[in-house]
Amino acid sequence: MIRMYNASKDYANGVKALIDVNIQIAKGEFVFLVGPSGAGKSTFIRLLFREELPSKGQVIIAGKSIVRLRSSKVAVLRRNIGVVFQDFRLLSDRTAFENVAFALRVLQFSHKEINQRVPEILRQVGLSAKAGSYPHQLSGGEQQRVAIARAIVNNPKILIADEPTGNLDPDTSWEIMHLLYEINKRGTTLIIATHDKKIVDTMKRRVIGLERGRLVRDDQQGVYGL
Amino acid sequence: MMKLTTIRFLVGQALASIKRNGMMSLASIGTVAISMFVLGTFLLLALNANLMADTIETNVEIAVLVYPDASEETIDTTYNDISSLNGVMSVSHIGKDEALASLEKQFGEGHDLLRSLGGVNPLPDSFIVKVENPRLVSEVADVIGGFSSVDKVRYGKGMIEKLFSVLDWVRWLGAGIVVLLSLAAVFLIAITVRITVFARGDEITIMKYVGATNWFIRWPFFLEGLILGTLGSLLAATAIYFSYSQLVSYVILTVNFIPLITDKEFILRLLLYLLVGGAVLGSIGSAVSVRKFLKV
Repeated sequence: MIRMYNASKDYANGVKALIDVNIQIAKGEFVFLVGPSGAGKSTFIRLLFREELPSKGQVIIAGKSIVRLRSSKVAVLRRNIGVVFQDFRLLSDRTAFENVAFALRVLQFSHKEINQRVPEILRQVGLSAKAGSYPHQLSGGEQQRVAIARAIVNNPKILIADEPTGNLDPDTSWEIMHLLYEINKRGTTLIIATHDKKIVDTMKRRVIGLERGRLVRDDQQGVYGL
Repeated sequence: MMKLTTIRFLVGQALASIKRNGMMSLASIGTVAISMFVLGTFLLLALNANLMADTIETNVEIAVLVYPDASEETIDTTYNDISSLNGVMSVSHIGKDEALASLEKQFGEGHDLLRSLGGVNPLPDSFIVKVENPRLVSEVADVIGGFSSVDKVRYGKGMIEKLFSVLDWVRWLGAGIVVLLSLAAVFLIAITVRITVFARGDEITIMKYVGATNWFIRWPFFLEGLILGTLGSLLAATAIYFSYSQLVSYVILTVNFIPLITDKEFILRLLLYLLVGGAVLGSIGSAVSVRKFLKV
């Protein structure tokens, strides 16, 4: 599903964010991406949905190099990758329903399809009762659920979560992890960048460790380490 | 083909921005309206001036008087020389007898002018020269005046040059003002759209993340400028239509010797061009901002 060959990223300011990363992630895998701040986790994620291009090396998704995509193909690539962020990134002037529907609207889904899919996906993330609430009326965990609903409403093959529990208390974090786990169980490849040692240690999934831009570990049933 | 839902979404986005940008939108619409109003006014002025010039044109002739003692042969050569000049449309020869006859006519029947003049016709042979373009009158007249056989050249000297220099001046002034105002309109629309781009930063990011195509992201911004420009020029076209109708009915009642364009279809077509002009200004304005500030 995802491959990186000797992928390196140097930023214009001289920072070497990634150095010679080789990795392979299979379809349907559940992967934690760990490492201290500035280790290159964010850059790793940005390379995957092509917000950045590698300075060297290759990034291959579903058998195709994404390095030399035309901009119209970039949009197609991104439809197959859902992203969730630490700060949720919801539109504050819209309800939960509208936030999720927004993703479908910009992909030109019809009214009918939107009215079918959005309630269905809100039910999946357990927010049916809050469809009409605005983000400021929702708790952090609920906002993250809306963000996840928006990320998966188009059935992407890959879901990337960048510190999805970074702003949440431990109980809520577990609820969110559980939801992500459910999504992964239905076949979506899941990559979670996190600092949450306890979650990583408890879930015992594949752990990819980055440090100063280098891949330092890749354990099949890993723990956070240190 | 774009889906109806999509079009509604894109236009809805654009209209929402226009509403949210309130004052800036009004300023943009106002500037477009003023610049298109001025453009329309000057266009009508220029077109009417051209009509007036056309009317005058048919009356502009050069009278060429040959020396009274010129021989038949000299007159023929002069005739040919004038006819072969560039820009000359027609030359008609008026012999001295003919000239005397027409003078007699003016005095009325019963006068024997020739006798009262002592049997000698003092009138010279003359030519009436018409030129193709009234702007050439003074030039052609100067050339003819230089011929050795030609005594005097007469035409509405100064009058025509003055008219044309005024018309030119009006045209240049109009063009200058319109260009400046158009730039201001483009600039204001660009700022308005830029405000929208910044206000919509979050939406743009999310659109990118969920895989919206570039054109889809750009369209609402482009539409915003287009709508602002069109609304502004619609305002201008309406204002021009009503004030020009008023003017025409006033002029026809009071100074009806001034020729005015009254062809309704022609004027409506002109206003349609203004509308298109406003839409183009708006599109340019938003294109500038979208290109500069919307990195997708």
